[in-house]
Amino acid sequence: MTDSLQTTSAPSGGARRREEDMSANTAALAQSTGAGEDRSPMKSTTAAGRATRSIIKHVLLVVASLGMIYPLLWMLVSSLRPDELIFRESGLLLTSLEFGNYVEGWNALSHPFSHFLWNSAVVVFGSILANLISCSMAAYAFARLDFRFKKPMFALMLLTIMLPVHVVIIPQYILFSNLGWVNTFLPLIVPKILATDAFFVFLMVQFIRGIPKDLDEAARIDGAGHIRIFIQVILPLMVPALATTAIFTFMWTWNDFFSQLIFLTSPDVYTVPLALQSFLDSTGESNWGAMFAMSIVSILPLFLIFLFGQRFLIKGMATTGIK
Amino acid sequence: MSVVAELNQLKKTGKGGKRRHKENKAGHLFLLPWTLGLFGITLFPMMASLYLAFTDYNLLQPPEWAGLENITRMIGDERLHKSIEVTFTYVFVGVPLQLAVSLAVAMLLDRGMRGLAFYRSVFYLPSMLGSSVAIAVLWRQIFGHGGLINQILGNFGIEGQGWVSSPDTALSTLIILHVWTFGAPMVIFLAGLRQIPEMFYEAASIDGASRFKQFFTITIPLLTPIIFFNLVLQLIGAFQNFTQAYVVSNGTGGPADSTLFFTLYLYQQGFKGFDMGYASAMAWVLVLIIASLTAINFWLSKYWVHYDD
Repeated sequence: MTDSLQTTSAPSGGARRREEDMSANTAALAQSTGAGEDRSPMKSTTAAGRATRSIIKHVLLVVASLGMIYPLLWMLVSSLRPDELIFRESGLLLTSLEFGNYVEGWNALSHPFSHFLWNSAVVVFGSILANLISCSMAAYAFARLDFRFKKPMFALMLLTIMLPVHVVIIPQYILFSNLGWVNTFLPLIVPKILATDAFFVFLMVQFIRGIPKDLDEAARIDGAGHIRIFIQVILPLMVPALATTAIFTFMWTWNDFFSQLIFLTSPDVYTVPLALQSFLDSTGESNWGAMFAMSIVSILPLFLIFLFGQRFLIKGMATTGIK
Repeated sequence: MSVVAELNQLKKTGKGGKRRHKENKAGHLFLLPWTLGLFGITLFPMMASLYLAFTDYNLLQPPEWAGLENITRMIGDERLHKSIEVTFTYVFVGVPLQLAVSLAVAMLLDRGMRGLAFYRSVFYLPSMLGSSVAIAVLWRQIFGHGGLINQILGNFGIEGQGWVSSPDTALSTLIILHVWTFGAPMVIFLAGLRQIPEMFYEAASIDGASRFKQFFTITIPLLTPIIFFNLVLQLIGAFQNFTQAYVVSNGTGGPADSTLFFTLYLYQQGFKGFDMGYASAMAWVLVLIIASLTAINFWLSKYWVHYDD
């Protein structure tokens, strides 16, 4: 069970998390001994009745899963079909593989698609690096240090998580355009250097609180200052939280459309979402095959993260509750 | 603990009294980037947009004080009213629907069931991709005139229509997209369900309570803090959705303004028409709407959310 694996990898995250670990483990245990089945044995339930119910449930779930991912599979299959078939074939059976859509889509705009992938990658990795550094610093202060105005600042930090970006975006636009930053990646990265993604500060505060304070104390007795404690004691222990932050930053920045639409207006600096949008604008709806092909290319990195980073995503959401 | 619970906690503990703080310097040093961001990128721009909301400003000439003009304009702006109507419909239909589906599926994915990790992954995938332009592109095709939905309907001899090009149905396709991304709240529900101690159910079944009764007397009450948390967050998030409406309607909010989300209209006013004063006023209206709904939510939570501590 992947859950028990991932929970043990985190260093005992506070009473609440430990409790959750335990319930996950007992659930796993119950499952392995077969005791989980009779959690709620209704008086009338026979073994056969239970089995039927379980089968019905699985059939239901399989049908629902298929329905959920059918559009995605169909887009993938359609991207490998000649254009005229897209409007005729609702099935998933491929008679031949056509990569023409990919070639065409890749070269459809003023730059090859790799240019936009590169731009997105620069923004994404800049954002990740910025978030990792600035948010972990702020989180260390909130979780471990005692200073003036800590409480009101912490409350402000929590409130900014819920603040709609629209109320700051216009003055930010004016500010950044006066600095000559429009059509550069700075407006997308600099706010992250200043830890404006408060959500991750919160996530890391939660995590640091679960690291035993004895470790800090021991380091302090050995003469370490806060900077050394932060870098040598806390940071290595909060790798799971850092990974969660990196993955969510990747996902959100890769998908971000609103702020990129505002700050990037020249095709030279277009990122993937903007390139897709302008592709759709320029071809109208005449070229779905190539549109689908580039859409598949654009969600491929997300899909890889989904495959390999899922446990961090699920863990991050389960403990802090984010999208 | 969630953001919501944390805020509640802060409210309860109150002031700690005057005393010396040991780590003043180190604390503020570690917080320096965040503090700069708070003032420079959040609080100052907020104040600036509050000021701009009372001005006429097109980026070229300096802002000109306009008093309550933007507000009176909003009162008479029919497109704005339409955009509020569209957004409220989207939020108040989409969010409850999505939460109901995510809760139902989470309940089906009982703890310890076979294949849980697989189902969870499949259901979660759409919410990871759902906010991307790629999915919006796909949606536009699927619900287009010759799109996938109509092909499938055609197989059953039903003649479909252009779902995204009809003002009656365009918004519904976006609501369906929102519901399709139910995986995120579902994961949070699953985590919540796992925290309910097994012994409650054991005790209840010894007392002869049916599964049905257990659901309403154990599961739902113990899950209310999570339902509340999901509701607050999803509501705040849904009000700010933008990408899907933009891509599906080519940035127009059409057909006939039927997908004109509030945020989309704000974008049109501010960044297409460069009417920064009006857009700022709109942004504050959005904040006020979200803040008051969240406050109402917190107030109502007293009546239905069970906190056992």
